[in-house]
Amino acid sequence: MELKSGSNLEKVLRNGHFAFTGELGPPRGVDVEEVKKKAAFLKGNVDSVNITDNQTAVVRMSSWAASIIAIQEGLEPNYQMVCRDRNRLAMQSDILGAYAHGVRNMLCLSGDHAQFGDHPQAMGVFDIDSMQLIQMTKKMRDEGKFLGGAELEGSLEMFIGAAANPFAEPFEWRVHRLGKKISAGVDFIQTQCIYNMERFREWISQANDMGLTEKAYILAGVTPMKSVGMAKYMKAKVPGMDVPDDLIKRLQGAEKGKVAEEGIKIACEQIEEFKELKGVAGVHLMAIEWEHKVPEIAERAKVLPRPVF
Amino acid sequence: MIVAKRKPFDDVKNMIKDYKRVLTVGCGTCVAVCLAGGEKEVDVLNAELDMARKLDDNPVELSACTVERQCDREYMESLDEIVEKNEALLSMACGAGIQFLAERYPHIPVFPAVDTTFIGVNQDVGWYEERCRACGECVLDMTGGICPVSMCAKGLHNGPCGGTNNGSCEINAEQPCAWYLIHERLSKQGRLNSIMDVVPARDWRNQTPGTVIQPGYTKKSE
Repeated sequence: MELKSGSNLEKVLRNGHFAFTGELGPPRGVDVEEVKKKAAFLKGNVDSVNITDNQTAVVRMSSWAASIIAIQEGLEPNYQMVCRDRNRLAMQSDILGAYAHGVRNMLCLSGDHAQFGDHPQAMGVFDIDSMQLIQMTKKMRDEGKFLGGAELEGSLEMFIGAAANPFAEPFEWRVHRLGKKISAGVDFIQTQCIYNMERFREWISQANDMGLTEKAYILAGVTPMKSVGMAKYMKAKVPGMDVPDDLIKRLQGAEKGKVAEEGIKIACEQIEEFKELKGVAGVHLMAIEWEHKVPEIAERAKVLPRPVF
Repeated sequence: MIVAKRKPFDDVKNMIKDYKRVLTVGCGTCVAVCLAGGEKEVDVLNAELDMARKLDDNPVELSACTVERQCDREYMESLDEIVEKNEALLSMACGAGIQFLAERYPHIPVFPAVDTTFIGVNQDVGWYEERCRACGECVLDMTGGICPVSMCAKGLHNGPCGGTNNGSCEINAEQPCAWYLIHERLSKQGRLNSIMDVVPARDWRNQTPGTVIQPGYTKKSE
């Protein structure tokens, strides 16, 4: 089997296993212990862990640096890179640097607008967009050339990923946008948090019909709800998020003190369905500031033990 | 047209506080149409400055002159005589006009009285909206006449991003999502094919000063 990157995530997917990935947000400072603590909950329970890049446009430890710490802690990072904060030169040099330190998976994103973050005055760079970042990374890997055309010394073997939002309007365009990311060159996709299962089934079925799920691995995004407030906030305030009223009602119906438990139960039910759903190759679990719950969720969703190569 | 808005009064007043004879130069084209720096606005600003300086016990001798276009040498000549009688110039033209004025009279300080904002359209009297950022590589053929450079908050060429929110941009519910509109228009025209292919990374060299010489003309200084 010829691998593009040799990453653990790639091996899991290429061998037909149902992938299970996690997420780790770098600290808002220099506290390495915080990264190590979060990493300990994820180790052995996920195939790869997304290291976010200044998520919600708030300054944090750089994602490549936190990725290196993750490697030192025995985790495989999925290095996230957004287009908001750097131009094509900085992006390519960061990719080289991350690769030199052992990073083998990368997730190409546009990035939240700076207006949401702690530096709303910042200039949004967006020299290239997420689609073009995919193309650029693929060119570096497959042609051994930088975007500007010059030769890259050595070979850069990267498993290239991107995000997909199956829900945002115009819905009929969603699957075409996925198609564009695949023709740009992605190997895998991690979706936005899924709550509207009906819409997701429709989207994945369109992707199946168009043959897209044979060209890239689709990992379904899951974020367990911790509270009714979180569900309502996500529905009302987070752009691109589709939270059905039925789900909010189900959380409201949980016994006092058991809402988070109900949230985890819902997430596990979703994961069970994704295992059987044609076109879904795995789950990306985004347990935001809830890393300590990952071992329990992985156990209850019956995704353990993780394959070892 | 180029749209500008007047700077805060105190900023303008502060810029010229040390000068006793000041000429305010308006521009009769874009900034006059958008009610920022035409003849009328020059008179209003001078009246305000005159009164404020008297109150400060620091009177100033203000004159006014509005030329047809501050970005065109042909119209600047008429200023030569009056400029020399002044210690400083206050320009109400766009950034190009202000610089052209400063270039013509390099020995006299020139100050901006307006902030140049964008190339835009007139939605109603006094209401202007941005439509173009003069990027130098127009893609409106592909995007159904809606500009992703100026209308998308991230300037995406392969949108919409995941933050598109039922037709609005993620930055603000009042701001339409450019790519939502692009999709809608192309869909109605049966032209969605034009955005099916990935647009490769583009050439942003417009960040270096540009020069345009139209066909049939030459750069006269050469």
